[in-house]
Amino acid sequence: MRCFIGIDLGSTTTKAVVMDENQNVLGRGITNSRSNYDTAAAVSKQEALVDTRLTLFRRALEAVPGTADTAEAVLAGLERNFRHIQFVEQLEDLERTCIGNVKGPRFAGREKPVIEALAETFRRLREHSATQFAPGFRRKSDFFRDLAGGDFMHNGEAVCREAGLAFDLILNIYDKSIIEVENRPPAGDIEGKFVRALEMGSLDQSLIAAPVKAALSIPLEETYVVGTGYGRVRLPFPKEHIRSEILCHGLGAHIMYPRTRTVLDIGGQDTKGIQVDPAGIVENFQMNDRCAAGCGRYLGYIADEMNMGLQELGPLAMQSTKQVRINSTCTVFAGAELRDRLALGEKREDILAGLHRAIILRAMSILSRAGGVKDQFTFTGGVAKNEAAVRELRKLIKENYGDVQININPDSIYTGALGGAAFAVRAVLN
Amino acid sequence: MSEIVKEPSMLLQKEMIARNYEAITSKHETGRKVSSTFVPGNLNELLLCFDIVNNLPEINAIQNGMRKLSGNYIMDAEKSGHSEDVCTYVKADIGMMGAGNIAPNGKPFPKPDVLLLSYTGCYTFMKWFELLREEYKCPTLMLHVPYEGDGHSTKNMRDYIVKQLKEVIIPGLEQVSGIKFDIDRLREALRNSAKAEDNLVWVLESGKHKPSPIDAYFGGVYYIGPIFTAFRGTPDAIAYYDALRTEVQARIDTRQGPITPDGSNFNDQRYRLVVEGPPNWTHFREFWKMFSDEGAVVVASSYTKVGGMYDLGFRHDADNPLETLADYCLGCYTNRNLPTRVDILAKYIEEYEADGLLINSIKSCNSFSAGQLMMMNEVERRTGKPGAFIETDLVDPRYFSAANVKNRLESYFQMIEQKRLGTAKAA
Repeated sequence: MRCFIGIDLGSTTTKAVVMDENQNVLGRGITNSRSNYDTAAAVSKQEALVDTRLTLFRRALEAVPGTADTAEAVLAGLERNFRHIQFVEQLEDLERTCIGNVKGPRFAGREKPVIEALAETFRRLREHSATQFAPGFRRKSDFFRDLAGGDFMHNGEAVCREAGLAFDLILNIYDKSIIEVENRPPAGDIEGKFVRALEMGSLDQSLIAAPVKAALSIPLEETYVVGTGYGRVRLPFPKEHIRSEILCHGLGAHIMYPRTRTVLDIGGQDTKGIQVDPAGIVENFQMNDRCAAGCGRYLGYIADEMNMGLQELGPLAMQSTKQVRINSTCTVFAGAELRDRLALGEKREDILAGLHRAIILRAMSILSRAGGVKDQFTFTGGVAKNEAAVRELRKLIKENYGDVQININPDSIYTGALGGAAFAVRAVLN
Repeated sequence: MSEIVKEPSMLLQKEMIARNYEAITSKHETGRKVSSTFVPGNLNELLLCFDIVNNLPEINAIQNGMRKLSGNYIMDAEKSGHSEDVCTYVKADIGMMGAGNIAPNGKPFPKPDVLLLSYTGCYTFMKWFELLREEYKCPTLMLHVPYEGDGHSTKNMRDYIVKQLKEVIIPGLEQVSGIKFDIDRLREALRNSAKAEDNLVWVLESGKHKPSPIDAYFGGVYYIGPIFTAFRGTPDAIAYYDALRTEVQARIDTRQGPITPDGSNFNDQRYRLVVEGPPNWTHFREFWKMFSDEGAVVVASSYTKVGGMYDLGFRHDADNPLETLADYCLGCYTNRNLPTRVDILAKYIEEYEADGLLINSIKSCNSFSAGQLMMMNEVERRTGKPGAFIETDLVDPRYFSAANVKNRLESYFQMIEQKRLGTAKAA
């Protein structure tokens, strides 16, 4: 079948969306950008194609009588098995790479115990991996780096302690190797892995094997790929396959909510205010200049400064009872102002509430420069997932523009890639 | 990076500029007097009457920007106490003075004999010369040019300028130079000016052709060079604009676009733009390439009018020598109020059949950048053509963010393209 793919190479994450020719979304994929846009584009595209296969399976199962109640569970099982196979495959690559890196004067005479410690660590990782992909297990991240990293720290330290080796030795190898593994193009054979996933013991094959295999045999033809986002020039595409992220966000928001007229996108290093016409075509836009004050990256620094996870900032800010006024959204000054407020005895949640308000105030200024907020208003980008930012935005939109329908899609992080995929469809069909 | 290819007229101008720098830096040998003065509202014809060589600090800052020297000069000036917000032309000049005050020909700039401040629409100019006066301890002559706040000049304003010319400027220049003012010499220079101005206007208006034989911004900054600086009123300028006109006519005849820095004729012109604001000088070539690579040609610009709005009909008039100098100073683009600037830009969009207005807003120029967003919105409203806004700086390389500027430009061009597709569908 013909697949139209949009890839959004952001500064933090790279997203891909696969569409059919009727502009129905078939699959979505995301990965960390790892400062290597070539690999990030390949990985995100593969992830979106994996998701596309799952969509095709869902459709195939819907056609099988008697599977209506169990289809979702079957699909979830199939995906877990697939992810597990994929994870173990990458783990094996990581192990080979680590062992290959045991060389040089630092390891002279100690190669054997170090390799043995690594082998034992990876054996434990493989053993534990089944738990990570068991039903009901909540993974803190879907990125290989995060999943493997946490486990490696935990198991590697124990193995080294038992073997009387310094953990630093293998940690150093791991740090070097994970970068190599992450930057390698993803392994192929998605279909083969799905067949193995299907054949893993946990799935009842009697009803699903035939439809799943039939869906797997549908060839996914990459008809047209459009790239967007900051890393777009790195894509190995001809120029006509590259679209500006502003146009893609405008069109993506229009596809999600056809009555969108104003879009606010707060990403890792950009804040954009975009006006679109009834067809989703950009009429006007404003964005921050080179200074990334008040963007997603700013929240990242704040999280580091407070020794918290990025996802924890919003919920903590929601507990605030008093708003502290924060003057600067400058990432460079953020740490200083934060410590200043803490030194004055302000509570963390109140400071965070103030920080979120400062970010949204800056976004409001960009929006007003772009021509204000019109009904309907769609908020996209990673920061749209932050409930404290959304709360401040709702307040300020109401104060400044009255009753405006505010749309926030749970998949808003894919808005740019969605627009890119829609441009891919248009490029071929128009 | 490959060798930059220039049009023949650009090479001719380069020789002229080199000769002027030679005249400035050899003042001790030749005994000629040197003035420092600014581009908008400069009184070059008057200086010629006194054999005074004209040195323009903004042009020196631009030279230093294009030669990648301004960054260090600016940081040196900041170390000596000039804040980050101060005009970077000023800081590049101050920094250059601190670093030996070396002219582009490698010789030190001599102390000027007079500072001629003939335009005050930009108050930074006044402060800049205060700093220079402190440094050089030389006479300063100030011609106050009233701002056209109501959108037009009045007889009173003109009389006020003529009075200052008679009572302050001319006697001051006589004293500095030791040469008696000769109004016929001024008339002769003004006649020369008008001849060159006719050809300049012809060249700038050639942007109305399709394809445009000129880029009225990146090429335009070269085309205005002689007339905005030390050559207006000279036979050299007449010769330059004759040569330029011939060059542009040849491109019109063969339907060729301007020559881009990589040496090819820019014929694949997909977007026609009007641009407001000066270019960035530190990344001039890279900045130009962002336009030409995408097929965007600038057909008209306001920056090429900061030293005189000749395309609106003004010519230096030998029959009214002092009055014409007054009219010239009053009419520079930078002395116009915001509604007039909007009128001019909207008119350009219509007359040059442009796809829209792009504003390059200058970070460190508060007086000129103020109001530009409002101007863009108003021009969009009147013309129905989309506008876009980018931010760079004159000569501070730290303020040029290539990825950000490129992102906005590409978005703008693709937006124009999408709008065209939308319009084509609706039709």
